[in-house]
Amino acid sequence: MRADDRVEDLLRALAPQVLGALVRRHGQFDACEDAVQEALLAAAVQWPEEGMPDNPRSWLVTVASRRLIDQWRGEHARREREVAVATREPADLSVVPAPGEERSPGQDDTLTLLFLCCHPALSPPSQVALTLRAVGGLSTAEIARAFLVPEATMAQRISRAKQRVKAAGARFAMPPQAERETRLRAVLHVLYLVFNEGYTTTSGPDLQRADLTGEAIRLARGLRRMLPDDGEAAGLLALMLLTDARRPARTRPDGALVPLAEQDRALWDRAIVAEGIELITETLARAPLGPYQLQAAIAAVHAEAPRAEDTDWPQILALYRLLGRIAPNPVTTLNEAVAVGMVHGPRAGLDLLETLTADDRMTGHHRLDAVRAHLLEMAGDHEAARTAYRSAARRTTSLPEQRYLETRAARMAEAARTDS
Amino acid sequence: MKYMLLIYNRPGFAEELSEAERDELFGGVDALMKELTESGELIGGEALADPSQTKTVRVRDGVPAVTDGPYIEAKEQFAGYIMVDCETPGRAVEIAARWPDAKRWAMEVRPLMQQSGTEM
Repeated sequence: MRADDRVEDLLRALAPQVLGALVRRHGQFDACEDAVQEALLAAAVQWPEEGMPDNPRSWLVTVASRRLIDQWRGEHARREREVAVATREPADLSVVPAPGEERSPGQDDTLTLLFLCCHPALSPPSQVALTLRAVGGLSTAEIARAFLVPEATMAQRISRAKQRVKAAGARFAMPPQAERETRLRAVLHVLYLVFNEGYTTTSGPDLQRADLTGEAIRLARGLRRMLPDDGEAAGLLALMLLTDARRPARTRPDGALVPLAEQDRALWDRAIVAEGIELITETLARAPLGPYQLQAAIAAVHAEAPRAEDTDWPQILALYRLLGRIAPNPVTTLNEAVAVGMVHGPRAGLDLLETLTADDRMTGHHRLDAVRAHLLEMAGDHEAARTAYRSAARRTTSLPEQRYLETRAARMAEAARTDS
Repeated sequence: MKYMLLIYNRPGFAEELSEAERDELFGGVDALMKELTESGELIGGEALADPSQTKTVRVRDGVPAVTDGPYIEAKEQFAGYIMVDCETPGRAVEIAARWPDAKRWAMEVRPLMQQSGTEM
């Protein structure tokens, strides 16, 4: 590992702890967050050149606190309210934190911060952006690159998200017990969104977006350490691991998507698969069941099959049915239809799909057409499969998906010619 | 989701507007751009020069043929675009509906293709 990488890893791990320490002392989440970003940047420049300080965390707290005071002084000078600020400025701001603080539970701060960034006053995309910056320690430029928007746009989103959190009167404290469960679901969802944002990246100019996958896994590992008894936190981590393990096989070198059934399973990362399977097995045995655990269990069943044809589809079908019962969702039904097709034949799968055509959430959705096409192909109705693949290709806004669906449609046209 | 909002209007129509109408038009554009910048939805946008400045290029049998004027002669011409990143398709339509040109001419809301894709 290069020295720069070591510094970066350390900075990213310390970022939420330093921010937590600052907010606990001074309040003002938005101002503290800016100050911590500046301290992180200063460290990223200075440490590789001048060597690591003896106590990196104290160094960051001190530098960030100084920035915060400078900022306050500047603002208050403009408002000509120096007197007010002098009384508010704690005496120990620019000195090294008390020895007791070093033992302070940085993990609790990180968790509190996660809850704050996933505040219900924010939309999911804003929660994602704020979490990546405040908890993940990513710079605005890095987040902007990952989401393919200009840096100014992302800066605006983050600053607006912070204003919203402030306006909602949120404090730097754990949410009350009654809200905690709902808020934790929001945190898990945000990590899931970050993961997907990176995972769906195929190749080419967007490859750096794949870093988001690693970041999501890092944050999910941290969350699981902080909440070792929560089955869904473990389930989400297992789902991420089992999905990410397939990454080397899911695209061809030219970026074309490879469906699960056609992936070269020798390319799956066995060590990550083993970790994911162990985690989900252990979790299912002890925790109350939840949607992430079930999705991880389904991914584990796929991972356990040496070849696609060895897949235990009856078990996958049972898991999808269970998932549909505890968390009804049209996308789950879509996946269940694929499993039904594999267990009871394509016509049975198509029958289940019919129940979705009346669902507004799926109207015009390319995935509905894609699954229908797949089942029609299995049923040997090449002409109808071609029509459905074409329809899906028109509706997707993903270039690699479109390419895959068009290739499939062309193959069906070929097969239809052979049929007649 | 990212969308390109294509602005269509009749070239030169602004000259025929009264001062007050012109102020309202440009004021409306400024206000909306400011709002979209502040909300973090604006990604970019450009206005195009008058269609008379267009050159259309066609290559046939390896030979480029360059003609003056746009590809399609129409009353309403493509005048510029803005790019937004918003949470719902409905929001993109709402922004288009508030763009001043939508009142007299038309806006087109086109989703952008992305490089990412899910396992099928």
